[in-house]
Amino acid sequence: MDDLIRYAPELALGFWENVKLSAVAAIASLILGTILVAMRVSPTPVLRVAGTAYVNVVRNTPLTLVLAFSALGLSDQLGLIFSDVPRTNSFWIVAMGLSAYTAAFVCESLRSGINTVSLGQAEAARAIGLTFSQSLRMIILPQAFRAVIAPLGSVMIAMIKNTTVATAGGYLADAAAVMKIVFDDTGASIPIFIGIILAFMALTMPIGFFTGWLARRLAVAR
Amino acid sequence: MSTSVLFDTPGPRGRVRNHLLTVVSVVAVAGALYWVYSGFDAKGQWEGKIWEPFLQADTWRYYIIPGLIGTLRAAAVAAVLALVFGAVFGLARLSDHRWIRIPAGVVVEVFRAIPLLLLIFFIFYLAPTLFGGGDYAFIAVVLGLTLYNGSVLAEVVRAGVHAVPKGQSEAAYAVGMRKNQVMRLVLLPQAVTAMMPAIVSQLVVLLKDTALGYIIAYVDLLNTGFKILPAAFFGSLIPAAIVIGIIYVGLNMLLSYVANWLERRSRRSRKTAATPVAPPGAEAIGLRSGGGLDSTD
Repeated sequence: MDDLIRYAPELALGFWENVKLSAVAAIASLILGTILVAMRVSPTPVLRVAGTAYVNVVRNTPLTLVLAFSALGLSDQLGLIFSDVPRTNSFWIVAMGLSAYTAAFVCESLRSGINTVSLGQAEAARAIGLTFSQSLRMIILPQAFRAVIAPLGSVMIAMIKNTTVATAGGYLADAAAVMKIVFDDTGASIPIFIGIILAFMALTMPIGFFTGWLARRLAVAR
Repeated sequence: MSTSVLFDTPGPRGRVRNHLLTVVSVVAVAGALYWVYSGFDAKGQWEGKIWEPFLQADTWRYYIIPGLIGTLRAAAVAAVLALVFGAVFGLARLSDHRWIRIPAGVVVEVFRAIPLLLLIFFIFYLAPTLFGGGDYAFIAVVLGLTLYNGSVLAEVVRAGVHAVPKGQSEAAYAVGMRKNQVMRLVLLPQAVTAMMPAIVSQLVVLLKDTALGYIIAYVDLLNTGFKILPAAFFGSLIPAAIVIGIIYVGLNMLLSYVANWLERRSRRSRKTAATPVAPPGAEAIGLRSGGGLDSTD
């Protein structure tokens, strides 16, 4: 218990980095995932193929490899630099890798949501003369989003837990990295471990309850 | 069914627009690929010298194959243990006795909520006092993967048994079977068929997550390919990343393909009255099999 109190400030600062990473990746992956799903159902075969290829490759690559490649390959070798401050640069590299990875899962969720929209909705949209982008924007996607609120919640929870892999992308400031440094001092400390777990649960459990509640409230009646 | 339900067969103007969009997207995709290509080219990443190691048998024999074996070994051991863990705790959660059901539920929910890397770190630092000796990195990776994926599989088992229609167990009780006979002879055989696709999808997740071992220096494919190999062959980092990336994607796609095939088969199957269990975290509310706006690819 003493260990937890002694190291609490560092651990809290580390956890704050996870919260920041989660916030950035949540917004970016939702946007990118929506673009990807629009590509995958679009009338243009090239876009469909590109979207499918992206999702299949990224979804089947370990996040550790995605982040390590972003840091060592894209940033160090190819000179993809977000900031001259190494720490800030690492943060954005990890945020980018995490968003690119999570977007593939957001896309898959949304696509299963599109599958729940009944045929008649799309046919009716076409019958009243809506174009592809209009029917997607006004008819299909709003219903698809409402059907996948709970799964999207699960994707976001997984993403929050995945922020701990930031270490692989060279960002050594998050809770997992801090915990590792502290463990080098103290050995495996159960209070510290439980403290960090509780912090993560405090972040993920409300999201689970909220998305579950929202999903029931907004469920499309059929 | 094709996606064409989302848009009309294009008329003359629509065709022109689609062609234009095709051209624009081809240019955009080609531009993105060229940007990566030229970026690599400017840094000399396409030079034969740094790709040459991957044409030599020794590189494979001493670096890539041992790494791959390390990955597969951890994945295989963890998969077996996770299946056992999942079966035990999944069934425990279905128990009629509250003193079994509730503790099992707590264990499953807690391990599902812990970020896997933190669990692996914790076990890694705990292992010396707990086990006294051995390959700590291997133990940490396998135990972490077992506890996390086992908990997810426990939920799959529970969902699988629940997916068997109620009439099956009612009929079994009606012909005079005991509780364990109902579970063993009627519910589980049908549930396993329904669970198969979800189990295999979870095994893909498990195989992918073995790469976390890289962070605690477990000698897996990512470690030999991305850390040790580029150190031995200077400058081969990006070729190495591309080669091991292809191996990972190939392995996982193969497993995903098996999962899809199993799902199609169990949908057709008359061996079970249960509908296939959706992979954890992927199910949409009100998702029906077929009939929606399915896309072909």
